[in-house]
Amino acid sequence: MPPGGEAHCTRCGAQLYRWARADANERALALALAAAILFCVANVFPILGLEVQGVKDSTTLLHAVRSLWNDEAYTVAALVFVTTILVPAAELVGIIWVLVALRLGERGRGTVPMLHFIESVKPWGMVEVFVLGVLVSLVKLTHVATIEPGVALFSFAALMLLIAATAAEFDADAAWAQLAARW
Amino acid sequence: MVSRAPPPGCDAHCSRCGAALHTRKPASLARTWAFLLAAAILYVPANILPIMDTSSLFGTERNTILSGVAFLWTSGSWVLATLVFFASIVVPLAKMLSLTLLAASVQMRAAWHPRTRTRLYRVIEFAGRWSMLDIYVVTILVALVQISTLASIRAGPGAAAFGAVVVLTMFAAASFDPRLIWDTQGEES
Repeated sequence: MPPGGEAHCTRCGAQLYRWARADANERALALALAAAILFCVANVFPILGLEVQGVKDSTTLLHAVRSLWNDEAYTVAALVFVTTILVPAAELVGIIWVLVALRLGERGRGTVPMLHFIESVKPWGMVEVFVLGVLVSLVKLTHVATIEPGVALFSFAALMLLIAATAAEFDADAAWAQLAARW
Repeated sequence: MVSRAPPPGCDAHCSRCGAALHTRKPASLARTWAFLLAAAILYVPANILPIMDTSSLFGTERNTILSGVAFLWTSGSWVLATLVFFASIVVPLAKMLSLTLLAASVQMRAAWHPRTRTRLYRVIEFAGRWSMLDIYVVTILVALVQISTLASIRAGPGAAAFGAVVVLTMFAAASFDPRLIWDTQGEES
């Protein structure tokens, strides 16, 4: 396959294979590690700060989930927790696990289920939708209060890009081939 | 990778990763219909019930999905209003209608435009997640405007129903097997 090329199904047009750099998984590991660091920053610092008549308040993502839970909105709280915290974290840990195991040259008993796991949870990580949601609420609140974007808002925006870049670089075919060569 | 078809009555497994292989996703149509029906039922409370209750000194205001879009529109944020309108109203509706169309066409063994129907399926699969937008907006608003002295916002029952609709339609899309669209192609000639 030529560099930058893609193979498509002649019948339905689905993408079958995509050309990948020889060092695609090295890049994916670097990006995933950067994303993991940003993930921590994004969850520790406040997303938005609000000021009404001198009263200041701010919220982190975890605090937001907890206030939904305390409000007895259990379904919504669980949904938000899973799609913005649990799945992105699990996906990053999974990718780092697989790529480190491959680099160390271990046969890695857990590597195969982990590759399946990464593939299956992928649709449920929704950081990019969450970032847009924060921007919409920011606009809604500017009508009633002074709003200050927090460190975590920028971290989440960067995290969104890094997760997309990691997914784009991650070469699952190469990972499977490398694993199969060790059996 | 290519696997040899197993003898009748045996399960096939991928020779590389050991995953179970199916020529078609098991019970694909029945599962798609079930998830679609559940989503369609929940779509009613999702739009009628408030997703957010705002209480202030001046009383309680109940916001549905539609009134949220209307608020953005009247306050002059047309770009955002359009965005939220697409994510919260157009996408879920279009998704349920398209999946119904796809499932019905496969059920009736229709042979028309397989390529276009396959493309429609891919678009649905990609766009569905963006409907979660309103859930995140509610999350942030509830968290920020909670103990402030002027007003407090609580999540309404509509939010849970709406979240369930998004999740159920994602399950419906995942259970549909686009290969079924192509199964009629050999029969005509």
